[in-house]
Amino acid sequence: MTTSAARPADGLRAGDVPASPPPSAGSKKLGGVAGWVDDRTGAAGGVGYLMKKVFPDHWSFMLGEIAMYSMIVCLLSGVFLTFWFVPSAGEVVYHGSYAPLQGVTMSDAYASTVHISFDIRGGLIIRQIHHWAALMFIVAVSAHMFRVFFTGAFRKPREINWVIGCILSMLAIVEGFAGYSLPDDLLSGTGLRAAEGFMQSAPIIGSYLAYFVFDGPFPGEAIIPRLYSVHVLLIPAILIGLFTAHIVLVALQKHTQFPGPGRTNDNVVGYPVMPVYAAKAGGFFFIVFGAIALMAALVQINPIWAYGPYDPSPVTAGSQPDWYMGFADGALRITPNWFEFDILGFTLSLNIALGALLLIPVMYGVAMAYPFVERWITGDTREHHLLDRPRNAPTRTALGMWALTTYGVFMFAAGNDIIAIKFGMSINDITHFFQFGLFILPLIAFWATRRICLSLQRHDREKVLHGRESGTIIRTAQGGYFERHSGLDPYEQWTLVQHEPVAPIELEPAVDENGVARPAARKDRLRARLSHFYFRDVVNPVTPSELAAAHHDGQQHEAIEAQALSHSIEADPESASGSMHVEEGSEPEPTGGHGH
Amino acid sequence: MNALAARRRHPAVLTVLLLVALVATGCAYAAFAPKPAQAATADADQVAQGKKLFQANCATCHGLNGEGTKTGTGDQIAGPPLAGVGAAAVDFQVGTGRMPMAAPGVQAAQGVKGAQFTQTQIDQLAAYVASLGPGPAIPAAADYDYSNADAAKGGELFRVNCAMCHNFAGSGGALTRGKYAPSLATVSPKHIYEILNTGSQAMPVFNDTNLSPDSKREIIAYIKTIHTEPSPGGLKLGSMGPVSEGLFAWVFGLALLIGFAVWLGNKSA
Ligand code: HEC
Ligand code: HEC
Ligand code: HEM
Repeated sequence: MTTSAARPADGLRAGDVPASPPPSAGSKKLGGVAGWVDDRTGAAGGVGYLMKKVFPDHWSFMLGEIAMYSMIVCLLSGVFLTFWFVPSAGEVVYHGSYAPLQGVTMSDAYASTVHISFDIRGGLIIRQIHHWAALMFIVAVSAHMFRVFFTGAFRKPREINWVIGCILSMLAIVEGFAGYSLPDDLLSGTGLRAAEGFMQSAPIIGSYLAYFVFDGPFPGEAIIPRLYSVHVLLIPAILIGLFTAHIVLVALQKHTQFPGPGRTNDNVVGYPVMPVYAAKAGGFFFIVFGAIALMAALVQINPIWAYGPYDPSPVTAGSQPDWYMGFADGALRITPNWFEFDILGFTLSLNIALGALLLIPVMYGVAMAYPFVERWITGDTREHHLLDRPRNAPTRTALGMWALTTYGVFMFAAGNDIIAIKFGMSINDITHFFQFGLFILPLIAFWATRRICLSLQRHDREKVLHGRESGTIIRTAQGGYFERHSGLDPYEQWTLVQHEPVAPIELEPAVDENGVARPAARKDRLRARLSHFYFRDVVNPVTPSELAAAHHDGQQHEAIEAQALSHSIEADPESASGSMHVEEGSEPEPTGGHGH
Repeated sequence: MNALAARRRHPAVLTVLLLVALVATGCAYAAFAPKPAQAATADADQVAQGKKLFQANCATCHGLNGEGTKTGTGDQIAGPPLAGVGAAAVDFQVGTGRMPMAAPGVQAAQGVKGAQFTQTQIDQLAAYVASLGPGPAIPAAADYDYSNADAAKGGELFRVNCAMCHNFAGSGGALTRGKYAPSLATVSPKHIYEILNTGSQAMPVFNDTNLSPDSKREIIAYIKTIHTEPSPGGLKLGSMGPVSEGLFAWVFGLALLIGFAVWLGNKSA
């Protein structure tokens, strides 16, 4: 303890103003541990900013969290596995406790994985947790991606986060494949053998590439240690880095929200991170961990001891990759063999290269480009913080279903043999079905989804204009009958009318008013055509004046509907008349105010 | 000796040597070649009984004397000739309920009802068919007694010879055009031994040169071990590999987690 005894020199400074402590980054002085940390790092500002962030509640916003938590579970359980896993192709003879493998020659990698499964306490469940968490991670990332896509959350200003998300998803697949290949069991070896073939199918560089990756001919000793570095170091590091960027961007840009009363493009309605959201999210981590642990405890996954050690000669029926690689395997299974060409003595194995090498980059390329393409087509350059209800963007929703169906065909095609044996069908028929289905099913999905969205939108309009059918039939004094429609409550009404009316981009005349040709006319024409495709049959929300007209004269709303439909680009006369039903008498005024 | 040496450049020498070599190989082959297992001599009464059963139940397809029949359409076989298939084939086909074939299809399926005949009747049928021509006999109990066989060796043999059709866990796999290799979970050791010797439809023959009787017992030991050992990891999901795991993750795992998310989302602060 220091005491401040008076010193002679103090007299010199008698008139000084005592120095005040410099203000910390946070505007108010913090006490305790927080203060200690803040004094040394100045973190309070950033943390305070994060803690005050508001997050809206909706179950579909938690899909990303499920992905994040499953990834963390993967990281934690993976560290445990590194304590015993031996990433080496060196040969050993097994003498562990699993009898059906006694005396079998195998690699160190395989032996150590069997060892973890049977001779390390808790080893098997940790292995199963790691693998189930990996499957759930990519399931959740995909579901999260669907949510982001179908609600239009990728629109400005979140395009970068969408691109980051796509890269995350692609890396997750690669990470999964690397992990799946590590134990050197029959399935992972078969997978690596296939991967070697894929590399060789690359034109010109193919065989060099395979030699380079495997450091010589297949299988070699190098591939397992290499995959190990990739799986435990390289990709996790990139994943964590990108994922941090992803989350920071979410915090900076604020979370989107579903439209609803009081929610606008300029606010976020929800709970601040501290304490409510943090408690929920923290709790949710344990729920996800628990659910994955439950799956791991009850359901076996990747029983490597049953597959046996890898040996290049045998292959088992039902050799498949994990589900997230299934689509590429399926693409291979349905590509016809005559896609292999002989050109001047060189073989171009497109039957393999298309599905194995090209599909993944093309698929992710299309996904990453989508926000920019959509923006160009719609000409919508504004910021969006309110999500779209999927029905209010019929063409986007339909395109999404088109893509999902294509993906689904590829993925299910990878299970053609399992489908054949489980449903007693011919594998050849199933393969042909998928070959044609690849072109037909997505179109059906596109068409059906769009029709359903448009119908739902019309239904919304009708609900706003008529109110809800009450089922009460009223007889008028004149002997007429009508059904009483009860008014919507204004909150519900808001949700149905809040979205913005849209219209396709109209083509400017190819020559300007002075008769001079516009140079960009060709590009504009394409854009106008796409825009017409995108907004075809558009159904716009009920306007206040339409609503007022409907309410003041109950007989008029069919006329309004008919008119609204005829304004849309290609009015569908059938559905316009089909949606009408005869109704007499006027409805009671709804008690609520108007939506707009 | 000198005379022989003098003639060693005689033009006929090459031919003579070739002949000698051929004869030697032929004798060696005759001495070492695997002999087809001989049907145990059955007594005449059993054969007569078997013939009656055969004519009542099998002759429509296989012909009155097991010579095989053709259907009216083209020369599609209704039932193949049975001379030489052996007693083991009959014991397997009838014992697993495949014969008498219930309905024509891509693959004569194992009857849902199991064997249609008693073991005595099957033995009579087998004796009759064996009398038509020699073929693999019904194995003795010692032949398929796997109690001393090494299951781990059997596992290696199984993965090399059988897994490509029957899957790693013997849970079955698809072949072309609706044919399939069935699950091996419930086949008896005797029937496994028999089908290895006789083959059946798309199932190849593994005779004693391909797989020695010891190896057969090892394979039987492996099949029986993996189907009786408790599953260390929990539910096996049919042991079909990653497809069923992926399906489980999407259907059950995602539903469970979304269920929790909805529940938590509805909980107000
Ligand atoms: C409906 C027609 C049909 C009937 C009835 C039928 N079989 Fe067959 N059987 C076939 C056909 C077809 C095959 C060839 C396919 C196969 O191997 O399963 C066959 C194959 C066999 C084989 C295997 C031949 C081989 O090459 O290994 C045996 C043994 C046999 N039958 C025995 C019998 C016996 C014994 C009966 C009477 C209890 C019987 N079958 C009744 C149609 C029939
Ligand atoms: C080319 C594919 C193929 C291979 C290789 C193969 N099997 Fe089969 N197996 C089949 C088919 C197809 C059947 C069904 C035959 C039938 O129903 O007549 C079958 C049937 C069987 C059955 C009878 C199953 C039952 O339910 O009655 C057994 C036992 C069997 N196989 C064991 C083996 C063993 C052991 C091996 C390895 C040594 C093996 N198989 C290799 C295709 C194969
Ligand atoms: C490693 C995998 C991923 C993790 C851990 C993750 C995590 C998250 C979390 C926790 C959020 C905030 C809450 C939410 O909206 O769900 C979020 C938002 C977002 N994610 Fe992901 N995500 C991952 C992959 C992806 C993928 C594959 C995409 C799309 C291709 C994507 C696109 C987005 C976008 C655009 C946002 C902002 C959406 C909004 O504000 O509503 N993410 N992510």
